[in-house]
Amino acid sequence: MEKRELTCIQCPLSCRITVSGEGDQLKFTGNQCKQGIEYARQEVTNPTRTLTTTVATAFPDFPVLPVRTAGEVPLGKIFEIMKVIRAVQVEQRLKPGEVILENLAGTGTALIATADMCEGVNATAVKL
Amino acid sequence: MAAAAAAAEHGAEVLLVDRESRPGGILKQCIHDGFGVIRYEEKLTGPEYAYRDFEAVRAAGLKVLNNTFVLDLKKSEDSFSLLLQNPDQGAFQVSATALVAATGCRERTSRQVFIHGDRPAGIFSAGTAQNLINLHGYLPGRRVAVLGSGDIGMIMARRLALEGAEVVGVYEIKSEPSGLTRNQVQCLEDYNIPLHLNTTVTKVHGTKRVTGISVAAVGADLKPLAGSETFVSCDTLLLSVGLIPENDILEPLGPEFDAKTGGPVVDQRMMTSVPGLFSCGNATHVNDMVDYVSESGFIAGKSAAGYVQGGGKRGSLKVNAGKNLLYVVPQRLITGEEAVIYFRSAKTMDRVTLVAQAAGKELFREKYLKIRPPEMQKIVLQPLPPEVESVEISLGEAT
Repeated sequence: MEKRELTCIQCPLSCRITVSGEGDQLKFTGNQCKQGIEYARQEVTNPTRTLTTTVATAFPDFPVLPVRTAGEVPLGKIFEIMKVIRAVQVEQRLKPGEVILENLAGTGTALIATADMCEGVNATAVKL
Repeated sequence: MAAAAAAAEHGAEVLLVDRESRPGGILKQCIHDGFGVIRYEEKLTGPEYAYRDFEAVRAAGLKVLNNTFVLDLKKSEDSFSLLLQNPDQGAFQVSATALVAATGCRERTSRQVFIHGDRPAGIFSAGTAQNLINLHGYLPGRRVAVLGSGDIGMIMARRLALEGAEVVGVYEIKSEPSGLTRNQVQCLEDYNIPLHLNTTVTKVHGTKRVTGISVAAVGADLKPLAGSETFVSCDTLLLSVGLIPENDILEPLGPEFDAKTGGPVVDQRMMTSVPGLFSCGNATHVNDMVDYVSESGFIAGKSAAGYVQGGGKRGSLKVNAGKNLLYVVPQRLITGEEAVIYFRSAKTMDRVTLVAQAAGKELFREKYLKIRPPEMQKIVLQPLPPEVESVEISLGEAT
């Protein structure tokens, strides 16, 4: 592996960590604590992220629904997952946590709603 | 919602007035995660965080007026009179003993950063682009440049990249990003979006639609360097150039303002200089964590309920932002009561000590390995003895 420079985001120190070496012989320099090594190892071997985006819906008053992956997914698969999400349209009014798709692009992770599509529909003001 | 729930919990009769049709304010369009890390020890998205608060509002059976604007505010001897308007009831009056202004903040506009000249389509504040994409499903452009490296700007750079737009670069006039490091890594580096420091936009090209921008390196005085100007082709320019507390509505009441925060001066109960008027969240000062926004809301709501029940104490002791501090909130204190104090450093510093002093006596001390202006800090100050007249908080070399 070529040398890689990373900024650790585990604490406000933001150490610049340089990673070199191969396989289980990775070398870390620049970190000021053990958390930095764990962070850098994960980032160079299998970086993962929670993907947040929106999906189209069938409802004109709520045209797109905010969603996220239920867990973290490989960073390298994000655009593949976006392709899957773009092909979907939500046909029911959902609440946060409800599942839209299972096993996104073979990751084993589900896509869930994060917003409440029911609240505020035909909202009428309370009489005082 | 935090203030309303807290006020109700402490025995007040509460009315929550919101100009939008759905609860949650700006959180509705902040679909990225990272909300609630302190309060719930979870990384929630904005809508999920807002949903939890609205569930609490619903469970408490609070009266909520949506689609409702506050047209005017007046204060008489012991109550506020509000002129409200909504589509169902027209214009009508409501009176209240205490008022909590949780009106948030707004974005600095292109005119405020001196982008003058033609007004081609394609110049958006980062928050407007966020609203269009995340709530309406419209992509504001295909080839996008971002001026300013605030958190929303970096988050929108990632959002646009995910939706298939090309983000040509983020341009920051200062020598370091103005947003959080996490966003620099996960929004820009993850998507190979270039960040140009010490660089600014000097001109927007295009008449009907943006066709490009001129960018230039800046010197130590932040002025563009002659001869460094280059043309960057793009159809959209996003501005992420700072936020300002939104308090225009309070003007008729005339609370004292703090020029450093842009919000009203408050004490640790979040009461302003106008008795019975409370402020919280981004309306008091711009926060970087929603957890602190809610925390100040809880304090304001609880205090407003206490005020209604006759606990009308007001802070008069001054808290001064001393050496190396950008600001402190609250700016006033009531003696004999614990106080949550928020502050920002004026610059990035390594290995510093924060010291709170009153009349030469040290009240509080805390060490920081690194402190940056974008990362707001919080301390808790123990109750002060009644003879204290002012407190000075400052940052200095670690000792």
